[in-house]
Amino acid sequence: MLKFVVRRLLLLVPILVGLSILVFAWVRALPGGPEAALLGERATPERIAAVRHEYGLDKPVYQQYVTYVGHVVTGDFGQSIKTTRPVLGDIKVKFPATIELALAALIFALVLGIPLGFIAARRYQTWADSSTIVGSLLGISIPVFFLAYLLKYVFAVKLHWLPSTGRLDPTIDIPHPTGFYVLDAIIAGDWHTFVDALRHLILPGIALGTIPLAIVTRITRAAVLEVSNEDYVRTAEAKGLRRRTVDERHILRNAMLPVATVVGLQTGLLLSGAVLTEIVFAWPGMGSWLYDATFNRDFPVLEGGILFLAVVFVMVNLLVDVSYGVLDPRIRLQGK
Amino acid sequence: MSVAESESVLLLAEHTGEEGGSRLKLAFRQLRRNPVAVIGAALILLFVAVAILAPLLAPYSPTHGDLSNITVSHVPGPSSKHWLGLDLQGRDELSRIIYGARASLLIGVVSLTLGATLGMLLGALAGGFGGWVDSIIMRLMDIMLAVPGLLFAIAVAALLGPSLRSVMTAIAVVNVPVFARLLRASMLGQRESDYVLAARSLGVKRRKIIIGHVLPNSLAPVIVQGTLALATAIIDAAGLAFLGLGSADPSVPEWGRMLTDTQQYLRTAPQLALFPGAAILLSVLGFNLLGDALREALDPKLRR
Amino acid sequence: MALLSVEDLTVTFSRRGRRPVHAVDGVTFSVEAGATVGLVGESGCGKSVTSLAIMGLLPRRGADVGGAVRFDGDDLLQLSPNAMRELRGREIAMVFQDPQTSLNPVLTVGRQITEVLERHRDMRGRDADREAASLLDRVGIPDPNRRLKDYPHQMSGGMRQRALIAMALACKPRLLIADEPTTALDVTIQAQILELLKELVVDSGTALVMITHDLGVVAGLCDTVHVMYSGRIVESSDRRSLFAEPRHPYTTGLLASVPRLDSPRGVPLRPIPGSPRDLLPWAQGCAFAPRCTRRVDQCTAVAPDLLPDPVTGHALRCYNPWPPGGEAVAVPAPIVAEPIVAKPAVRRARKKP
Repeated sequence: MLKFVVRRLLLLVPILVGLSILVFAWVRALPGGPEAALLGERATPERIAAVRHEYGLDKPVYQQYVTYVGHVVTGDFGQSIKTTRPVLGDIKVKFPATIELALAALIFALVLGIPLGFIAARRYQTWADSSTIVGSLLGISIPVFFLAYLLKYVFAVKLHWLPSTGRLDPTIDIPHPTGFYVLDAIIAGDWHTFVDALRHLILPGIALGTIPLAIVTRITRAAVLEVSNEDYVRTAEAKGLRRRTVDERHILRNAMLPVATVVGLQTGLLLSGAVLTEIVFAWPGMGSWLYDATFNRDFPVLEGGILFLAVVFVMVNLLVDVSYGVLDPRIRLQGK
Repeated sequence: MSVAESESVLLLAEHTGEEGGSRLKLAFRQLRRNPVAVIGAALILLFVAVAILAPLLAPYSPTHGDLSNITVSHVPGPSSKHWLGLDLQGRDELSRIIYGARASLLIGVVSLTLGATLGMLLGALAGGFGGWVDSIIMRLMDIMLAVPGLLFAIAVAALLGPSLRSVMTAIAVVNVPVFARLLRASMLGQRESDYVLAARSLGVKRRKIIIGHVLPNSLAPVIVQGTLALATAIIDAAGLAFLGLGSADPSVPEWGRMLTDTQQYLRTAPQLALFPGAAILLSVLGFNLLGDALREALDPKLRR
Repeated sequence: MALLSVEDLTVTFSRRGRRPVHAVDGVTFSVEAGATVGLVGESGCGKSVTSLAIMGLLPRRGADVGGAVRFDGDDLLQLSPNAMRELRGREIAMVFQDPQTSLNPVLTVGRQITEVLERHRDMRGRDADREAASLLDRVGIPDPNRRLKDYPHQMSGGMRQRALIAMALACKPRLLIADEPTTALDVTIQAQILELLKELVVDSGTALVMITHDLGVVAGLCDTVHVMYSGRIVESSDRRSLFAEPRHPYTTGLLASVPRLDSPRGVPLRPIPGSPRDLLPWAQGCAFAPRCTRRVDQCTAVAPDLLPDPVTGHALRCYNPWPPGGEAVAVPAPIVAEPIVAKPAVRRARKKP
């Protein structure tokens, strides 16, 4: 198991090196430099040269790359050209916001999707099954930003049930030791803030979680259908086990293997969707942050932020593979 | 051709030809009876027809409007003259939606064709040659897949500047590793199958096996993925347009951008978000419905 | 009264848009307490479906079950699903064909045994573990305490089948149904497993229904044998008489198609021509008629009934059976050697012709 993890980590190195080169080249190939975005179109050549010198952009590209890698390895992501704040500091604020949103979406998808998929499989080829299938196809067909609009319009604008923007009521001020506002509220022991943070999470969480929900539902359904026909389920039935035991211990546990893989694949989808969701709900996360940086040609933010996200992305995939081993003894005990 | 070889080829032709032929026929028959497939095909047909016949169908110009009826607090909704009302520039919403189908279809088809062709070429090279060719291609694909799809598309589109062409390129690039991996995996699976082993043991040349048998039999998952990727391409194109990365000319009707424009008017004119959103939803749904039915029809394991 | 009596059992599978399939078509037989009964036939003859119908394991949708399955007087087909769950695993247990796929890959073998003990014998924790280990020991798995913690994929095929037998016997059931328990195993392992089954049922007085396509298995194990074809029993008899004087052309066909060690070299095997797919619906005559070498006109007009054979006392469903002793077909070499343990009185009494 440990060997497996180490080997996977080593495999990551070339991917990350390749990616850092790609991001670095990309940022420098973007039309117009940061100085244009920063200083506007009427900046004097002297000002532009000064800015370029300040950020080391006047040096040869390979030298810039070496400096960049040297900094990244020591944990220095530089500072934003636009705001002059350290990139790492911004990541520390923005990243928990995105993760909180993504986790809310994932929890929504799993808590609803697994039972729905299970019930659909149980009622195979009945109206309940068909409507689950059609519903899940609708779920993957609806654009995230359109769904976000619909939710915002109905539940925030029309019904006033839930807030439509931000992570917290602006009048609330509590310390943020973790950056996860729900968690921060619990640490502060502030019930009112806790509820408010949750209320802010609901609409963006549903918007972002709908596609994963559809996918989890479908995979669970397919997996349960397949596992239900396995011989060992028949063995379990032949033992006269209670229906609940058969369902939970024998069918669901095995059906969770493909679901775990798919949840891992969702990470990318969640990050993509987060950009759009964060923009509609003015959620101050990585997605909207990087998006703004793209338009501002904010080189250090883009280089640092994207590399950071990519590392997270591949680490999550590794984590999923490891969890697969935990779920499936055939993988865990390989080579024993 | 030796006797053994011609015999084995005959045997294989019988195997793959008959199997493949009857499988396709069976799949098609199953599709026609499947309401999901029929509804999906109908939606796609409608979408394609609207896109092609846009100039005939649209009652007004999609780019010229009359601002005289528009105020910040009032945007006229559906009426007998303008079925879906007017947009913020006083243009006929229905006409814009109809013309918007063009951009969607164009982006979807072009980007998919480009991306799938390039991806399958790479996948076929990797799967066909194996060895270091395979390693290099697949590591490259891994790096591309390490960036989430839409983010990748945003990056490429931002690099190329706002235009329809850069949107198409961006989405095509995102599709490349998907199809490369799919075709390679499918080919590797076929290569290990019994009939290929049989052909190899009879001394049929490798190139002949790959081109004649492995490739055609690896295409079923590609067809399914193609249909589903069209759905994703339309959604991603809408997402890019929504983010302002679509056509450089804001008067060109694009569904995604039509939604962005209305963000501030959700309270006063919610219909302006609803109609383009529904248009995206329905066209994407069409491809997803058909793709789902196709997968079920082409995968015997799912047939019960 | 018999422990199990299956009366006119029918199982019909119907699917929308397809013709219904009569997988089991009026099967009647009974099993005395402690007896061993064989159901023999090619794949697709309905023997496995019969066993699943007895166990109540057929899918509720699409399978229509008729007739009666009396166990200890109660009709199992009338029991509620929950009442059936109480019975399964405790009174009636089953061992399946493929030990590779019949064990849950993500649970330890020990857990899969203790869950039966928890369910039916109310054993928990260490008690259950101890009992599970002793069960593994009884089925001949060495080092049982360590093996409890193994996952199925860490065991060999034969060991898995032993573990499955341990699970089936965990609650000392009165009836054990074994559906081709040795088919998926190596030949050397087959004999061991059959030996084990034989020993265990004799020791505990459990009745055994052995479902197989292999006459060698029947020859060494069963008191009574029913030969099935296309959902119906075509010949029933006690074992010795069946092998000594097979009457139904299908039975003789099965016997003649088994390779034998003691037949002279050069004597060709005579497989039954055709396959079970070439069958006639019983409504139109004898289902075996298309493959039968002794077919007469009557066979394709009206299906024969299962009647007592005046010569041998077999129950026989044939208009033109082989004359007794005419076609000398000797008993195939039994996979299990002849009696190695004492048999209960019932069995010994039935052995003597």
